[in-house]
Amino acid sequence: MKLPIYLDYAATTPVDPRVAEKLMQFLTMDGCFGNPASRSHKFGWQSEEAVEIARAQIAELVNADPREIVFTSGATESNNLAIKGAAQFYHRKGKHLITVKTEHKAVLDAMRALEREGFEVTYLDVEASGLVDLDKLTAAIRPDTTLISIMFVNNEIGVIQDIAAIGELCRSKGIIFHVDAAQATGKVDIDLETLKVDLMSFSGHKTYGPKGIGALYVRRKPRIRLEAQTHGGGHERGMRSGTLATHQIVAMGEAFRIAKEEMHAERERVAVLRDRLLDGIKDIEQVFLNGDAVQRVPGITNVSFNYVEGESLIMALKDIAVSSGSACTSASLEPSYVLRALGLTDELAHSSIRFSIGRYTTEEQIDHTIKIVHDAIGKLRDMSPLWEMYKDGVDLGSVAWVAH
Amino acid sequence: MAYSTKVIDHYENPRNVGSFAKDDPTIATGMVGAPACGDVMKLQLKINDQGIIEDAKFKTYGCGSAIASSSLVTEWVKGKSIDEAALIKNTDIAQELALPPVKIHCSILAEDAIKAAIADYKQRHGN
Repeated sequence: MKLPIYLDYAATTPVDPRVAEKLMQFLTMDGCFGNPASRSHKFGWQSEEAVEIARAQIAELVNADPREIVFTSGATESNNLAIKGAAQFYHRKGKHLITVKTEHKAVLDAMRALEREGFEVTYLDVEASGLVDLDKLTAAIRPDTTLISIMFVNNEIGVIQDIAAIGELCRSKGIIFHVDAAQATGKVDIDLETLKVDLMSFSGHKTYGPKGIGALYVRRKPRIRLEAQTHGGGHERGMRSGTLATHQIVAMGEAFRIAKEEMHAERERVAVLRDRLLDGIKDIEQVFLNGDAVQRVPGITNVSFNYVEGESLIMALKDIAVSSGSACTSASLEPSYVLRALGLTDELAHSSIRFSIGRYTTEEQIDHTIKIVHDAIGKLRDMSPLWEMYKDGVDLGSVAWVAH
Repeated sequence: MAYSTKVIDHYENPRNVGSFAKDDPTIATGMVGAPACGDVMKLQLKINDQGIIEDAKFKTYGCGSAIASSSLVTEWVKGKSIDEAALIKNTDIAQELALPPVKIHCSILAEDAIKAAIADYKQRHGN
C-alpha cells in the first residue's frame, strides 16, 4: 500500500483524471485557448461555447438556471462577493447581518470587514450538535437585518444545516440568504428550485475539480443584486470582471457533471467506509464523535481522543494524511474555534482528528488506518500523565494546573 | 512542521517513559503545564541520600517537542546532583533539540519540571 494514506478530502480533493483530461484540451495552440470574451473570431467563440457548457453543468448539479452562475476564483471569493456585494448593495434597507460561529473564515472575515464599514453582525451560537437552532435564529432577526449567511456542510465536523427551513424563514422575512456550499456539492442533493436560497458559493477543488476556480449562484427570481467587488471589463454581467479561466471553468463543469452522475453511488460507498472506520475505533476508550451523529455527510468524521494531544497524534499518524483540530503549530496554541463553539473543552478540541474520506479511498486503506490509530493512541496514552490520572480516578477538573 | 532528527528520535523512541510510586520517599515529582494549554509534563526523580539523581521517568501530554524535551531531560539529569540538575537551562534543551521558535515554550516547560521536582524533594525533606 502506498503511504501516506490520503484522508483529507475535506481540505482538497485530487483532480479526477477525466477532469484533468478535459482541462488539458483548453491550454495550448492545438487546443481551445481563445479568450471567451473575443467576439470577432472562432477561437473566442469556441471558448465561449465551452464556458457556457460548463456553466450549464454546474447549474444542473444544483437545479439552477445557467444564467444564475457567476464564475469566481473559488469559494472564498464567492463568499466575499456574496456577503459584501449584497450587504453593500442593500445597505439602505438595513445594516444588520447574521452568521454562525462555526462558519468558514472566508465568511467570518468578510463579516468582520463589513463591521469596519459600519455594519452590525450577529455571530450566532450553535447547539452542541453543531446545528443551528431555528428559534434562536428567528430571535436574532431584527427589522434591519438584510442578510443571513449559513453554510450547508461544515468543513470541520461535516454536519448538514437545515437549509430548507432556514430558507423559508429568510424568505418570509424578506432577508437575503447566502449559503456556503463548498463542502456540499456532490455530497448532498441541492435543488435551488425548491430551496429558498438567494446566493450560494461553490468550489471546484472540493469536488474533484482544480483549485483556483469557484462559482457563485445569484438568484434571478426574485432577483438579487450585488455590488461588484472586482471592477474591470464587465465580465459575468458586471458582477465579476476578469478574463474567464476557460480551462479551469471547463474542468469544474466536468467535475460537477461527474458529481451529479455519481454522487448517490459515491455517497453510499463512502458511508460504508466511514462505518468501517468508526466500527474499527469504537473499542478505544474515551473517543468522542464531534457534531450531530445523524445529520452529517459520510465523508467527514471528526473524533476526539481524550487525554492525547493533537499534534503528537498527528505525528504518530504520519502514515495517514489527516487534519487536527489543534492549531498547535502556531505560537498561539489555539484549538479549533469550530470545536470550541460546540462547547468542547480545550483538551478535547486539542485532541481531535478529522478523517475525510473520498472517491479514491479503499477498504484496505481504512483497515490500515484503524491499525495505525490503535497503535498511536496506545503509545501516546502510555506516555500521557492525564491518561494515568484518569485511570487512577483523579478528577482532572479539580487539579490546580500550573498554566504557562 | 519539519522537526529536527533529534526531536523525531526522542518522539519515536522516548527514553524513560513511566512512573515511580508517588509515596516512595526517594521519589520527587514535578508536574507542570495545563491541559488547556496543550501540554502537561510529569517528571519524577529518584534521589539517593547523597542528593544524587539515580533515575528519572517522565510522562508528557503534549506535542512532539514537549515529549522530546522531557525525554531529553530524563537522560540529562541522571547521575547529577540536584544542585547540578537545577542548572539545566531551557536554552540548552532548545539548542540540543534545535527547537523552532514557536516550540521554545516546550523547553521552558521541561526546565520548570526539573525545578518543580526538586522543590517537591526539598519540601518533603524539610529544607
